[in-house]
Amino acid sequence: MRKVVNMTDPAQPTATCVRLGQAHRGFCGRINAIHVHENAHGLAAPEIESRLLELGFVEGAEIKVLHEGPIGRDPIAVRINDTTIALRRREAMAILVTSSN
Amino acid sequence: MSTQTDISIRHFALVGTPNSGKTALFNALTGSRQKVANYPGVTVERKAGILQTPSGHNVHLIDLPGTYSLRGRSPDEEITRDVVLGRLTSETAPDLLLCIADATNLRVALRLVIELKRVGRRLMLVLNMIDIARRRGIEIDLDRLSAELAVPVVTSTAVRRGGTEELLRRMDEMAAGGLGPSGENTWEPPTAGELRAAQREADRIIAIAVGRPARPDTISARVDAVLLHPIAGLCILLCILFVMFQAVFAWAKPVMDLISSGFDALGLAVHDVLPTGLLQSFIQNGVIAGVGSVIVFLPQILILFLFILLLEDLGYMGRAAFLMDRIMGGAGLHGRAFIPLLSSFACAIPGIMATRVIDNRRDRLTTILVAPLMTCSARIPVYTLIISAFVPATYLWGWVSLQGLVMFALYAAGIASALGVSFIAKHVFLRENYTPPFMLELPAYKLPSMRSVAIGLYTRAKMFLVRAGTTIFSMMVLIWFVASFPRPPEGAEGPAINFSLAAMIGDALQPVLAPVGFNWQISVALIPGMAAREVAVAALGTVYAIEGGKEAAEQIGQTLAGNWSLATALAMLVWYIFAPQCASTLAVIRRETGSWRWMAITFGYMLALAYLAAFATYRVAVALGGG
Repeated sequence: MRKVVNMTDPAQPTATCVRLGQAHRGFCGRINAIHVHENAHGLAAPEIESRLLELGFVEGAEIKVLHEGPIGRDPIAVRINDTTIALRRREAMAILVTSSN
Repeated sequence: MSTQTDISIRHFALVGTPNSGKTALFNALTGSRQKVANYPGVTVERKAGILQTPSGHNVHLIDLPGTYSLRGRSPDEEITRDVVLGRLTSETAPDLLLCIADATNLRVALRLVIELKRVGRRLMLVLNMIDIARRRGIEIDLDRLSAELAVPVVTSTAVRRGGTEELLRRMDEMAAGGLGPSGENTWEPPTAGELRAAQREADRIIAIAVGRPARPDTISARVDAVLLHPIAGLCILLCILFVMFQAVFAWAKPVMDLISSGFDALGLAVHDVLPTGLLQSFIQNGVIAGVGSVIVFLPQILILFLFILLLEDLGYMGRAAFLMDRIMGGAGLHGRAFIPLLSSFACAIPGIMATRVIDNRRDRLTTILVAPLMTCSARIPVYTLIISAFVPATYLWGWVSLQGLVMFALYAAGIASALGVSFIAKHVFLRENYTPPFMLELPAYKLPSMRSVAIGLYTRAKMFLVRAGTTIFSMMVLIWFVASFPRPPEGAEGPAINFSLAAMIGDALQPVLAPVGFNWQISVALIPGMAAREVAVAALGTVYAIEGGKEAAEQIGQTLAGNWSLATALAMLVWYIFAPQCASTLAVIRRETGSWRWMAITFGYMLALAYLAAFATYRVAVALGGG
């Protein structure tokens, strides 16, 4: 079920792989990797990673950006499998996704 | 299990992710036989109730705060972890964990089940909202699911009558001791790798046991296209807030007037029956007025919580927070703080109680701290009295009422100072090392169960009367005492309050308040004015020896215009924007934060702001010739 991905450097977006935090409304894809940058958040990186995982953001999950907030297109509402999660773009930057459209 | 234990009470605990319908299920199972209190030492709500299974076993059911994992990221989640692990000394360790899952959304719930299995307690998975899942065409193979998880599985529909029959039957079996002893606890906080592995295992089981629906939830998606639309969504949110504000402000008014006049009439009746003296004054002005001042808040609290419970059960609250996140975030406030703050325009008491919708402790404290700065309805009588006495009824540019403009400025000053204080609180005083991330599930919309809403309202009302009410009542009696003792000597001239402790305190405060332009009459009136802001109007009337109390507002206005300078009047208005002139608000802050410290901080910072602002206003006004 999971897509085989190039795991050489999961921290960097590639041509086919973008950060969810930069994706626009209507973006469809699959989660490629979760990689939280230290110092990008107030919380420790492993804590942010755990929270994302607990909400169902795991590698291989299908994702679609459904809505954007009214100011600065932030936060975003993301459909992940059958759940809808709202999160700020800042946290979504940690989620690398491969576009399927 | 021996027959002896059949008569003893079983302890079951409800665990589940947020939005799993856990509270609705708890309400359906326990009905009104539930008690809401706080866990010792923390502000986390403890909800517990008693139920009887069909064959007569008594079960003590506890509804634990919703959580995605046992890692304990917040005080609420720590409670869930500690009760589940049996670490909380004040709580009996549960005999059975009922893990509640939204049957339409099993991914995250099954990961939690996998984590809970490691605790070693008896565990049962309850697939709640099974009716919605079936309607949507989600096919769940219960036997397969149970076999894969090695956990018994049962279905329920909390919001339907009879929807919990199967669950109760299984609880009966469990209570009778059908499952053998619990195992060893091997739980440790899961690492990111373990969370990933558990989620993959959950996804594997779902692939085997759950048939994905032919029709996904299109209703919620279609509704969200409108409600989360950047422009339409905000407009609708503003409309909802406007209706809510109107309801709390206007709908409650007739009932509140009825309650006030009812208690006034009761007081007068007692006044006529009892002989003149201390007892008469105590019963009328202490006890009856004190009880009245508690009950009078009930209509606003009930209306506000009706809206909150309906919006929460509908699934709208998360959407509102989504829309407001950036707007409120700029001032250091949580997206959910807008409902408490808006309600505070009517009255800070329901507003502060409504901060329960904010999970994060720091965000909640900030909101509680600034809620009393919102211009509540009790300030209006004071504002209108002083404005009509001192501000000329002229129009600027022919159409802007100067009096209206001053009123608007007072409201604006309240809002601006609230934003300023929350900003400072966030960046200076309450600075923990991080801003909590905003991540939350937007659940599918569902119709609220009226029974569950009614139970929610009932528990809120009871909690307010018992917990906040007792503190408010004792403060009222204290203020009566201060304003009545000692009694005036025989044959003394002037109003009785001039001989009381209140007058002594007022006199003592006078030198302190003189720099802001307050005379001794104001200083004295501020003491009974602690009962409620509008009481200051009547108190000023009493001090200036005007007969007729509140009804004589116009006469009081004329007296004030003759006795005060414009600078004093302006200083008084500014004082009322900030001053903590409301004992009930302080009492509720004390109850809601569970600490005297936060009450003292609120009192202190508001007093400091009031003094500084009134001082500046008075000095500037005097310098400009208003003295």
